[in-house]
Amino acid sequence: MKAYQKLLMLIASLSLGLLFVFPMWKIFLKAPQYPEGLELHIWVNKLGGSSESVLQNFNILNHYIGMEPIHAESFAELKFMPYIVIAFIVTGIIVALIGRRKLVLAWTSLLMVAGAVGILDFYMWLVKFGTNLDPKAAIKVPGMTYIPPLLGNKQLLNFEALSLPALGSLGIFMAITIAGLTYYLSLKNKTIAANPEKVMVS
Amino acid sequence: MENSIFKLKKLVPKAALLMAVAAGTALQGCSNTEGSSSNATTEGVASDAASAVYVAPGKHDELYSFLSGGFNGQVSVYGLPSGRLLKIIPVFTQSGENGYGYTEESKAMLQTSHGFVPWDDLHHPKLSRKDGMTDGRWLFVNGNNTPRVARIDLKTFETVEIMELPNSAGNHCSPYPTNNNEYVIAGTRFSVPLDMKGGTGDVSLDKYEEEFRGSISFIKVDPNEGDMELDFQILVPGFDYDLANGGKGPSEDWVFFTTYNSEKAGTLKEVGASQNDKDYLAAVNWKLAAKYAKEGKAREMPANYYHNKMDKSTHIAKSTVKKKVRYLLPEECPGMMYLLPAPKSPHGIDVDPTGEFMVVSGKLASAIPVFSFSKMQDAIKNKKFDGEKNGIPVLQYESVLKGEVKEPGLGPLHTEFDGKGNAYTSMFVSSEVVKWKIDELKVVDRIPVYYSVGHLMIPGGDTKQPHGKYLVAMNKITKDRYLPTGPELAHSAQLIDISGEKMKLLLDFPTVAEPHYAQAIAAEKVAPNSTKFYKLDENKHPHAVKKEADVSVVRESKNRVRVKMTAIRSHLTPDNIEGVQVGDTVLFHVTNLEQDWDVPHGLAVMGANNAEALIMPGATQTITWVPKKAGVFPFYCTDFCSALHQEMQGYIRVSPKGSNVPITFSTGKKKQNIPGVASTK
Repeated sequence: MKAYQKLLMLIASLSLGLLFVFPMWKIFLKAPQYPEGLELHIWVNKLGGSSESVLQNFNILNHYIGMEPIHAESFAELKFMPYIVIAFIVTGIIVALIGRRKLVLAWTSLLMVAGAVGILDFYMWLVKFGTNLDPKAAIKVPGMTYIPPLLGNKQLLNFEALSLPALGSLGIFMAITIAGLTYYLSLKNKTIAANPEKVMVS
Repeated sequence: MENSIFKLKKLVPKAALLMAVAAGTALQGCSNTEGSSSNATTEGVASDAASAVYVAPGKHDELYSFLSGGFNGQVSVYGLPSGRLLKIIPVFTQSGENGYGYTEESKAMLQTSHGFVPWDDLHHPKLSRKDGMTDGRWLFVNGNNTPRVARIDLKTFETVEIMELPNSAGNHCSPYPTNNNEYVIAGTRFSVPLDMKGGTGDVSLDKYEEEFRGSISFIKVDPNEGDMELDFQILVPGFDYDLANGGKGPSEDWVFFTTYNSEKAGTLKEVGASQNDKDYLAAVNWKLAAKYAKEGKAREMPANYYHNKMDKSTHIAKSTVKKKVRYLLPEECPGMMYLLPAPKSPHGIDVDPTGEFMVVSGKLASAIPVFSFSKMQDAIKNKKFDGEKNGIPVLQYESVLKGEVKEPGLGPLHTEFDGKGNAYTSMFVSSEVVKWKIDELKVVDRIPVYYSVGHLMIPGGDTKQPHGKYLVAMNKITKDRYLPTGPELAHSAQLIDISGEKMKLLLDFPTVAEPHYAQAIAAEKVAPNSTKFYKLDENKHPHAVKKEADVSVVRESKNRVRVKMTAIRSHLTPDNIEGVQVGDTVLFHVTNLEQDWDVPHGLAVMGANNAEALIMPGATQTITWVPKKAGVFPFYCTDFCSALHQEMQGYIRVSPKGSNVPITFSTGKKKQNIPGVASTK
């Protein structure tokens, strides 16, 4: 691999660092009583939001429909996910240093699988919270479940929920794209090497 | 010709009929209380008034205004130009609405050397200053009856400090901040015989002239926190000190006070204090006074007065009793105080934005004298004195006078400025606002007000840079302006557009109790700093509980039970309490666990002899309840907080004295899905 390709691979792995600077996903709630909106931010290692006490406010609203309270402690993922991300960054840097095409492909594929698993896991949680409702809930609407949208918006009683990936996810997207691009560019290296006469022509 | 006369004759009956119909309508109009279109008092309303004051639903007003409540001891906050009431802030008066003065935390705010005084007559709000402009941090207000000065924090719109003033009676001439709040200055309206031991002497009322003295208090204000401290007083001749205002620009070291009763009458002042053709405008150099006080001219006397402060992190008010006060005597402090003769029983004293002109409104005078600060300086320099009074030099009237506004109207009371060279004076007797040019002393416009205006206010009209768009007239008499409500009517304020040559009446709005003076400030100087809720983590109340697992009910002594309770949508914890006995003093400390905007909870207990407590998110408030009979007593949340607010209630069981029912408490039969149970972090 050429030096600039190694550099690209380095950028790809480091861009995963965005996950520690920005949330991965944001869920926006809006209701007539919440003109300012409520935002739940899902990070790789924590839950946050538009204010310090956003979780409490989410839970207060959710308890009327019997949804289980959301606590960061309930998610084992928040504990081990940061290590996975760090592992990807470290291995990515190593791959960049080694500079072997096949390793780049393997790293990219693994990251894509990890991302897909993450989204699936996230969706499973949404289904769990949205359907596992306390039978003693104060508000019961027959047949109603409260699965927030994974992507896009959905009306949940008086709340309009909107779910969107945030800048943290851009880190994963960039890592996959740049690493993929690195692999694609490095394919040309091989082609050029296989046709030495062309190199001479040029 | 004949023909035309004939025609005219034929028309006469028709015309008569028309007139009769018109008269009938007019008569009907007179007896019709609902219809206002035929009412003479709608005259003078600007044709575009509706759009000028219309603030569309969901839109905010351009200005906050703070109107004193007068005899309700509170401050009302109105939005301008809409005239919408935004809030009533209890200051000197207990408020059942939120428990102010009833809760254990706030009771100390109303403590005085006379004991608990749960009412006062609040006259003058004044916003804190920076460089002679309002800065939107605090509002200072006076208590007239039991002399006190209070400070309201404009982050929370709550009263946070009340300072009692010794050696004062009728704290009317108060509170006047200097241009950077170096001092808030307060003068006494009623002179009293000071015993120089912190009280008034047991003196024959015939001895007014010899024994009675007035005082002017200088309250130091902490530049960062706003905390007040009575630095010193000046003991002044026994006149009535009515109103004051600070200078600005060239005159910023000075404060001016109107006085009446220079006759020193002790009875039937209505006549006795109205004899002298001239009373005085007292000019005090506060900077020099502060210097004298600092350099050892001040003496000290015993005193006894209360200083009550609300702690920010516990929300608990604490009283400190002060035992001494420093004072200056003007006769010992040359250059500190002068008297300027002012026509007959002057009321308002207002200094124009440039700080050069002092306008004195003599309520019984036929002209408005305007004094010149630079002429005053010359007169002092050239000793143009007209004798002295109690050792204080009296300046010659003509030597300090710029001129008089002739025939301005009847009963001038107060003047404010628009920053464009115009002054506006309220005329109580002729019921009008009069606009006049300061340089020419010439009346240029007048507008009737309904009825009998007292104070008037232009936003920033007492500062260096008035916001010369609106004027609010605060009227003393209401009569037919609104639907009648029995013998007692709301007072009426009127919003007048002063942006053009001619004043235009825009709006009437009813006010709470009796506004005397008001202040207004651009909304953007206050709104962005408004607190939304208190952080639970920062709540240092000794009996706060920050999660439901920590609530408790404890019998602390034989007759005392302490309940540490929480409130969160939509339950109180605990909501079942047993083991309380007749005659116990039960303290309910309620912590509102909410951490969101606009979710207060209230607590009311059946039969409580005080009020509810209204608890803001993150705060703790306490009400005391002494059950007088056995039985079961419900308690509940009073502020509609959520869809399940009506369910936010509980029971407390009271057993006879000496019963063996143990103290128990709970919420819910088994662990339920309630968010507050878990960590509130």
